[in-house]
Parts: sequence; structure tokens; C-alpha cells
Amino acid sequence: MNLHLLSLLGGRLLVALLTLLIVSFVVFCATQILPGDVAEVLLGQAATPEAVAGLRAAMHLNDPAILRFFRWLGGMLTGDLGISYANNRPIAELVAGRLGNSLQLAAATALFSVPIALALGITSAMLRGSLYDRSVTMATITVISVPEFMIATAGVLIFAVWLKWLPALSFARDVHSFGEMLRIYAMPVFTLSFVISAQMIRMSRAAVVEALNTPYAEMAQLKGASRPRVVLRHALPNALGPIVNAVALSLSYLLGGVIIVETIFNYPGIAKLMVDAVATRDLPLIQSCAMIFCVVYLLLITTADVIAILSNPKLR
Amino acid sequence: MTDKITPNWTSADDVFVENAIRRGASRRDLLQMLMAGGLAASAGSLVLARATSALAATPVKGGNLKAAGWSSSTADTLDPAKASLSTDYVRCCAFYNRLTFLDGDGKLQMELAEKFETKDAKVWTVTLKKGVTFHDGKPLTSADVIYSLKRHLDPAVGSKSAALAKQMTGFTAVDPLTVEITLAAPNGDLPTILSTHHFMIIADGTTNFAKANGTGAFVCENFEPGVRSIAVRNKNYFKSGGANLDSFEFFAITDDTARVNALLSGDIHLAAAINPRSMRLVESQPNVVLSKTTTGNYTNLNMRLDMAPGDKAGFVEGMKYLLNREQIQKSALRGLAEIANDQPVPPMNVYHNKDLKPKAFDPERAKSLFQKAGVLGQSIPIVASDAAGSSVDMAVLVQQAGNAIGMKFDIQRVPSDGYWSNYWLKAPVHFGNINPRPTPDILFSLLYASTAPWNESQYKSEKFDRMLLEARGSLDEAKRKQIYGEMQVMVADEAGTAIPVYISNVDAISNKLKGLLANPLGGMMGYAFAEYVWLEG
Repeated sequence: MNLHLLSLLGGRLLVALLTLLIVSFVVFCATQILPGDVAEVLLGQAATPEAVAGLRAAMHLNDPAILRFFRWLGGMLTGDLGISYANNRPIAELVAGRLGNSLQLAAATALFSVPIALALGITSAMLRGSLYDRSVTMATITVISVPEFMIATAGVLIFAVWLKWLPALSFARDVHSFGEMLRIYAMPVFTLSFVISAQMIRMSRAAVVEALNTPYAEMAQLKGASRPRVVLRHALPNALGPIVNAVALSLSYLLGGVIIVETIFNYPGIAKLMVDAVATRDLPLIQSCAMIFCVVYLLLITTADVIAILSNPKLR
Repeated sequence: MTDKITPNWTSADDVFVENAIRRGASRRDLLQMLMAGGLAASAGSLVLARATSALAATPVKGGNLKAAGWSSSTADTLDPAKASLSTDYVRCCAFYNRLTFLDGDGKLQMELAEKFETKDAKVWTVTLKKGVTFHDGKPLTSADVIYSLKRHLDPAVGSKSAALAKQMTGFTAVDPLTVEITLAAPNGDLPTILSTHHFMIIADGTTNFAKANGTGAFVCENFEPGVRSIAVRNKNYFKSGGANLDSFEFFAITDDTARVNALLSGDIHLAAAINPRSMRLVESQPNVVLSKTTTGNYTNLNMRLDMAPGDKAGFVEGMKYLLNREQIQKSALRGLAEIANDQPVPPMNVYHNKDLKPKAFDPERAKSLFQKAGVLGQSIPIVASDAAGSSVDMAVLVQQAGNAIGMKFDIQRVPSDGYWSNYWLKAPVHFGNINPRPTPDILFSLLYASTAPWNESQYKSEKFDRMLLEARGSLDEAKRKQIYGEMQVMVADEAGTAIPVYISNVDAISNKLKGLLANPLGGMMGYAFAEYVWLEG
């Protein structure tokens, strides 16, 4: 079994590397299609043709596109992320702080929302058709339908402006005590949890309900197994595949897709860094951010697959 | 400001009164003005007492100020030559100094320079102040000034002011505190040009801008582009007294609502540039004060004089009479604007021509002019976009006024992305938006000279070009004022640019923050507020 798993992981790794290469090339091509370049953006309204030409020459932007791509790729392979076009700082330095912030927020959100979402999903599957199940379903559909900027702004208005319980801004590096950390993270984590939980609740409920409808679950019930035992021992292991996949998909959103939450709470995360990089046509920074999103996504999906395989007797 | 004095009195009116006091209006002028507006004398005194107390107070030392601008990105920089967003300007003003600066009345003051001397406006001798040191302890010398100015000429630096700097052709260090600057052609405005933010003075040889080493009122403790900067008071500042604040944290909250909410919740003391919609939200708040600055920012209607219909005599003039300036001020900009007279030099500028009155809204006159031009009854396309602020609202007002006299305007609303490269300067009738510039010379050379790069209406006049050169080379203030006054009349009457209003900038500040005054270089006291303001209790 171990050998099988190893070869599976090896294959996954190869495909992942190939995916990264293709993504980096596609992102590079996309940035070439964007109108204007970093020299024009940096000069803004003052962009006279001579000034743009001078700056372009100074920044080596006149080299053929493919040459610049391979130069970046070579640097990446040797661990050098390059220098930002926009502010001449090493990209590793720019990304490090922001990635740390994003991972902290993602971890806090995951720790808070995944257990709650799974518990809600599984229990409502167990009590299918009850008032409890229907209220959970109603609540999740409501939450899915409300856009996150609405939740975030309403949260700020109520808890920061009117009640003054929580700060309106979240600066990750001002944390001195655990209580302060809770206050700072409370609103962003709640907002993000609303966004990602709904999907996980719906998926876990559906998967468990489907597993409970199978003949083996019925068999277990006929043999006199208690309801929790049927769900936890018989249905859940078989439903785990789709559930971890739903969790992985939801979590992957927490890195690149949180731009709205980062903007409203002024949280210096990596999504905002990427948007800034696109706005300034800062090619090396765009590429590095894209690679990070891609790696995290692949990591989550692969982990989900492995868990699904390990938990499912049929796939083992 | 919850105590309502009179039913229709809003905090926008308070701001208006404060603004008038800053400009030097006397108590009697103001009372007359308020009574003319239907306000009882007793209520008028109350308004004045409140407005003056907001401005006159003694500074308090200490405190940590947190302020939020509206724009920020990873391209944030401490290199003054590259500064482009409001956040960059604020930081540069805190960490560096200029040779000169413009005070609240638009008058030139010396900062690092002791004096500017010239005989012919071509060769200038700048004497520097003694005893100024950089944050690292190095004394300020002429080498630093030459390095700071000369680098604008190097294309690799990517300076925003390269076009302005190009006229400086020779730099000589006469002695450690004297610099001689030679210009390609005489320019009496050099001291004012050097008061703009890009000409901040940095230490000789500086190439690394991870931290700022300037002479400014604050020392840079921490700077992360796109995130924030933390500044602490410079104990060795050359100006007596120095900054009032102990420290100053600055960042940007790009989302308008989030910025206002952060101010309301007490997380920050200043939210820069709030929009008219958010004003209603903060007006009712007792702990928030608004600070209005009307600089030369404007959105204008451009009619190219070399294309139909702008080339037909009477059309442009008719359009200027068809603009309902008061309605644009009141409804499109919700009162946050001042009526303009079709020329780019704003009232705050010392060269503004007060005798040039704005054209009145006169649809009948417009109709007869359109008839003369032979365009009445035609459908004229107007290109508007959110890229030029409030232009869509203005276009709608023009369209309505046109309907009343049988003139059809077809509003073509186009996306912001690419507006400046695809429509601006190109479409026959379109909107533009121009940021404030400190001197009439810069405005006219940029926008109205025959060879101007942004000649929005393709206005060409040999007389105008001659006058521009004459005023530039002159050192006689009275003569310059007279020439610039005449040029403003020419632009208002002849050019195809209709400038209905100058748009105001409104910063919302906590009532604990004192000492913030208006400045002609822009909002937030010309971005230099950190050095002058203080925090109370």
C-alpha cells in the first residue's frame, strides 16, 4: 500500500510542477497583453515619450519578452524571486511579510470555521428533514446570498462605529496580547467564515445524506447500530472524500480571494499585494504571487485527494 | 456639530465660513455675508465664534497621530522624484524639506533656502540656511541640493518632474552654502517651481530609499510600501519648536466607506479626501470636523477648435453660456466646489484675475449663438466618463439645458480604463480633469500654449505664446500679474475649454486634531499637515 501511495504522490508532484510551469507561462503572457507597462505606470501623467523610453532602457524592459521570462524562471529555480520593478526592493522581502499575514488570517479562519461547518453539516444530515435541518439550510442559503462586502461593512458599522467594541481596522503586527488578537481578528474571521462555511456545510450534508442512503448503511441500521454509530463509523468514512475536497476548495479561497476583506479591514495580506502588482504592471511580483497561489492550491487539493484515498476502503 | 443653529445650516456651511476666515475675511464681511444669506445676526455670531475657535488655539506637544490617505500601492516610494500618490507626498513632506514652500495664502516662503537672488531670472543664486542637518547627522550643503535637483534629468531615475527640471541646465556649488542654478531661458517662477513636492532635498549620493534620510520634522522609523509608515519626531529639527506630535503613523484605506468608518470608530484621526456621499454620514457626528480645501482641481468640457462643431464660430461661446454653473456646484458636487470662470488659475492663486466674472447661465443667448453657428437642432455627441470626476453628471445637466432650447446632446458614457489615452484630447467634445499646478506659467505652458502637450481644445494664439514668454522672463510682479490677468481673459473667451467649477477636497478629521489649515498645494494642508498639527486630550 505504501508503495502505491508513494508512486501516487510522485505522480502528483510531477503533474504539479508541470502545472506550475504552464501557469507561470500563461500568467506571463497575460501580463504582456495588459495595456501599458511599468515605465508608463510609474511616470503616470508625466509620461512623455522620451521619459518612458529612458526609463524602459534603464529597467531592461526592451529585451524580448521570452528572454525576460526565462531570466525570471532561471532566478526562480535558483531561489531568487527577483527585484520588484515598482519599488526596487527584493520580492522575497515584500512577499514574506504579506504571506505571513495572509496565512495567519487563513489559519484563524480555518480553525474557527471548519469544525463548526462540519459539525453543522453532519448533524443536519443526521436529523434530515427536522426543523433543525431546515433552519441550518435556510441560514446557509441566506449567508451564501449576501455578498461579503455587505457583511463586512455592516459588521464595521455595528461593532466598530456604533458599539465601539472592536477596531475597524486590522493591523496584524500590533498584537500585544491574546485578547487584543481576538479583538483584531474577530471581524475579518467572522466575515470570511460566513463566506466559506456555507459551501462546506452544504457539501458535507449532501455527502453524508448520500452515504446514509446506501445499502450498507441500511444494513448497519438493521443490525441495530445506533444512529451516531451508523453515521460516524459507516457513512462518514465513505463521505469523507467529497467533504475534504469541499474543505480544500473553500480554504484555497482564503489566500487569493480575500481581497474584499483585506480592503475593508485594511489588512496587509497577499491578495492586495497581487492586485497592486497588476495595477503597476510589476511583472516579477505578479509572477511570484501567482506561483504562491498556485502552490497553495495544488497543496490543498493534493492533500484532500490523499486523505480521501486513505479514508476510503475502496480506493486504498 | 449637532447643535443646529438654523434649520438649513449644515457642516458644509461651517466649512465654508472657516474657509473664508482663513482667506482673511473680516468679522464684519462675514456677518454681512451670512445676513445676506438670511441668517439672523445672533446666529451669525454663534457661527463665527465656532469657526474661529476651530482655527485659533495653542499647540499642544505630544501624542501619536494615525492618519489615512486614500491611495496606496506597492509602488509607494520615499524617493521624492518618483512620488505619485497622495501617500507619497505626505511621507515626503514629513521626512524631507524643500528649498521653498507655499503658505496657506499661496505666498512663497523660504524653507531650506535662506534666499533666492537673481538679476536676469536666468542665473539664480540660492543661499542655504545654516545649521540644517540630515537625520543621520550630516550637515546640509550645496552638494546635496545639486544632487537632489540634477537627478531629475537622469531618465533612469524616472522623475515625475523631468519636464519641469529640464530648464535647469547648469549647477555650480559656489561655496558649501551657496548654489548657482542656470536656466536655459529666463524664468521668474523658479522659486515657486522648486516648492513642488518632487523637488524635496535628499542627501548627496542617496540611491537607496528603503528608509528616508532627510532634514524633515520626522525621522522614518519604519516604511513598508503599500502598508504603512511610522515616523517619530526629529529632535534636531532646524525649525524652532519642531513638530508637535511625538509620532505619526500613515497608511491608506482605499475604500471610501471603510476610511470614514475607521474615523468614526476612533481608529484614526484623519480620513483624507472623503466623497460628497460620505459627507452626509459624518455631518451629524459631534466628534468629526470637516476641512475643505479648494485648490485648482477641475473637470472641464473640452471642445476642439480644429474639428466640427467646435470650429464653427459661436458654438464654444454658446456652450459656455449653456453651463449652469450653480446647478453643477449644488447638485453635481453637492456644494463642494467653487464657481469658476473658464480659466485654470484658481482663486487661491496670487495671480487669479478677480475681475473676470464667470459667464452667467443664459440659455437664450446660447440658443442665438448656436443659431449663428448653424448647429441648432443637430445632435452633438459629448464623451463623458467616471475617469473625469463628476463629468457624467455635468453632461446630463448640459443635456437638459440643451433640450429646453431645442439643442440635442448625445451623451456617450465610456469606461474609465483607457479614457486618458483613447478619448481625452481626441474626441471633438469631451471632458477632461486637471490637477492643481502652483503657477500660471506651468498651467498655461502645459494646457494652452500652441505647442502645449495637453492643449485640450487645440487653442493656438501667437499673442498668447508671446505673453507667456514675456511673463515668464519678467521679475516685475505687477507686470506679471497684469499679463497673467489678461491671459486668463483670453483663455476664458477664446479657448474651447469650459471650466464650470473648481472642485473642493474635503478631509474629515477628529475634533481632537487641531491646527489643520487649507493650503493651495492640495488637501491635508498641501500634504504637509503632520509637521503643523497637534492632538488635544
